[in-house]
Amino acid sequence: MSDREAQTALAAAIAQNRRNERLTRAWLLAPALTLILAISILPLAITVVYSFLTPGTYGGVTWEFSTDSYVQFLFQRDIFDDSLVFNSAYVSIFLRSIGLALGATLGALILGFPTAYFIATKPREQRNIWLFLITLPFWTNLLIRTYAMLLIIRDEGLINIMLMKAGIISSPLTILYTDTAVFIGLIYSFLPFMVLPIYASLEKLDFSLVEAGYDLYANRLKVLFHVIVPLAKPGIVAGCILVFIPGLGAYITPELLGGGKKLMIGNMIAMQFGASRNWPFGSAAALILMALVILVLLANALAARKGASRNG
Amino acid sequence: MTGTEIARDRKAAVSARALSKTFGQGEFAVTALDSVELDIFENEFFTLLGPSGCGKTTLLRLIAGFELPTHGSIALQGQDITDKPPHRRPINTVFQNYALFPHMTVAENIGFGLRMLGKPAAEIRQTTERMLALVQLEAMAGRRMDQLSGGQQQRVALARALAPAPKVLLLDEPLAALDLKLRKNMQLELKSLQAETGITFVFVTHDQEEALTMSDRIAVMKSGKILQTGTPRDIYDRPTHRFVADFIGDINILEGTLEHTDGDLARVRLKDGTRVSAHLGTASARSGEVSVAIRPENVRLAGAAEAPTLTGVLETIVYFGAATNLHLRLGTGEEIVVRNPGAVDEGRYQPGATIGAVLQPELIRVLE
Ligand SMILES: Nc1ncnc2c1ncn2[C@@H]1O[C@H](COP(=O)(O)OP(=O)(O)OP(=O)(O)O)[C@@H](O)[C@H]1O
Ligand SMILES: [Mg+2]
Repeated sequence: MSDREAQTALAAAIAQNRRNERLTRAWLLAPALTLILAISILPLAITVVYSFLTPGTYGGVTWEFSTDSYVQFLFQRDIFDDSLVFNSAYVSIFLRSIGLALGATLGALILGFPTAYFIATKPREQRNIWLFLITLPFWTNLLIRTYAMLLIIRDEGLINIMLMKAGIISSPLTILYTDTAVFIGLIYSFLPFMVLPIYASLEKLDFSLVEAGYDLYANRLKVLFHVIVPLAKPGIVAGCILVFIPGLGAYITPELLGGGKKLMIGNMIAMQFGASRNWPFGSAAALILMALVILVLLANALAARKGASRNG
Repeated sequence: MTGTEIARDRKAAVSARALSKTFGQGEFAVTALDSVELDIFENEFFTLLGPSGCGKTTLLRLIAGFELPTHGSIALQGQDITDKPPHRRPINTVFQNYALFPHMTVAENIGFGLRMLGKPAAEIRQTTERMLALVQLEAMAGRRMDQLSGGQQQRVALARALAPAPKVLLLDEPLAALDLKLRKNMQLELKSLQAETGITFVFVTHDQEEALTMSDRIAVMKSGKILQTGTPRDIYDRPTHRFVADFIGDINILEGTLEHTDGDLARVRLKDGTRVSAHLGTASARSGEVSVAIRPENVRLAGAAEAPTLTGVLETIVYFGAATNLHLRLGTGEEIVVRNPGAVDEGRYQPGATIGAVLQPELIRVLE
């Protein structure tokens, strides 16, 4: 065999090998791809398609293209002359939801950060116990836990009884079925999502940086805001996203603790598939919510990129 | 001049009285510092020298205020600061791992202390620029910590600690992470920085050569105690403890019996019967078994017509350029090293030969 022939043969063998590899890779990827397609892309595609159809009279859809669902989100069609009038009902539900979710995120941050710091500064062998306690609520269904919360905050609930026994109030505070109840419920449900990522970044924190802060004339508060918080920022951002997003779409909490009187987006969407029998509008609202979430994530990614390029 | 006389002459920047620190409790208790008495003077380059685990870092952390003493007190320029938190002590630290803030630029790191002190922006900017120039990092002001080499990080740490013009600067093995060449450069730079700024430096190292070249005074520590404090010459030429003598440089230690003392001078009979006179220094022994020490460079080969102090069998010759070490085995089984400047006549000095050595009497010391 001449050198040339040997080279060609080798090249062919390599090419064959590559083809084989590609084939193997495709087969190996297949199960994962199928799964992603089935549980993520397909339902989403159905939602997108449904949002552009016309509602059926008894639920479901009729296969007629329409953009009404999106129009309906912002406008109301005048019954008489078919003209469009701005309708703030749905927008205000969205704004309310965003407000509640932001509030819950802030509340969870204020409670979660000290908790995470407390755990991160415990001796290593104790930390796992504390982490276990933080994740313990996940062992019970959210619905059950929310009912339990209902028992605590209702008029004859634990909080009111204690406050009255202590003589701080004379008649029970009405917390249940108010925004406050929803707010408390959201914080309670999603607090672990705040604590865990913050803990993860605090645990990595080099404590000698804190000492360097004290050494350079920073008191406790200044060390917290100039050293600890900036260094824990990735965890704080992750925690805020992990609380804000499920908080925005929460369904059970506002349903039970808000008494279904004050809607959040989740309840509003659920309603379209139930009592309102407007599947296309439900789909459209779900997609608008998703767009909102994507915007938040995008903003975060952009900020992170900017931070990274500043860091070089 | 004795220690108390020096103390009367000069103002103490940092003083420790009966300072003890115990970590843990009960059977797990570790005594990291044991009744330390210490005076570090103003404008001094003071070094804490000792083997790993002897308590150097603990002493530094007590001075900085990161740890509270179990017993005793610490004063800064005569004022008790034992209970003051670190941020209220005008003392700054250069940490062993530098502990630079990764979320700030070089300039922000250097300005941090002044910012925390609430100084006006203009002053912070000016001082930061001055510090950048001092450590020759003007071109790096905007860089992040991960864009700096080890030596540059070291300089930032130094500038950051110097910027608030502390009364005392604490440095915990700041050169340990640098390679040899950089280390030598930084030693000189540190020394000149100290002279330039006039700030009291307390420097920790376990490298005896580093301690000797850089310090005005050295405290040698062992197991939480300070064994000897003095100038590099004091420590090198007049070690008071066997540990100090052994830890710093090479030394010959011989056993003997103290026969007679006269002021600072003592007559010691060595094991082979030879009588030598030695300096007592601070040694408290007035009779009985003692150890005497002499540096190899203070032992020389006996000339042809000279009566040797000791004779022994030459075992090994180690030549290292500037000098030659000749290891002699004495009749008593003890070993003694003679350092001869330059090379020796290899025909005459052969392993196995019997050789005489002369100990310079004024440089023999009795150890504690
Ligand atoms: N936080 C602590 N808890 C328990 N023991 C400690 C603690 N810090 C120091 N020690 C112990 O105190 C002793 C002195 O430690 P220190 O760190 O002061 O030594 P060092 O002289 O700085 O040593 P090195 O040269 O290795 O840095 C050691 O035995 C150490 O194990
Ligand atoms: Mg140390």
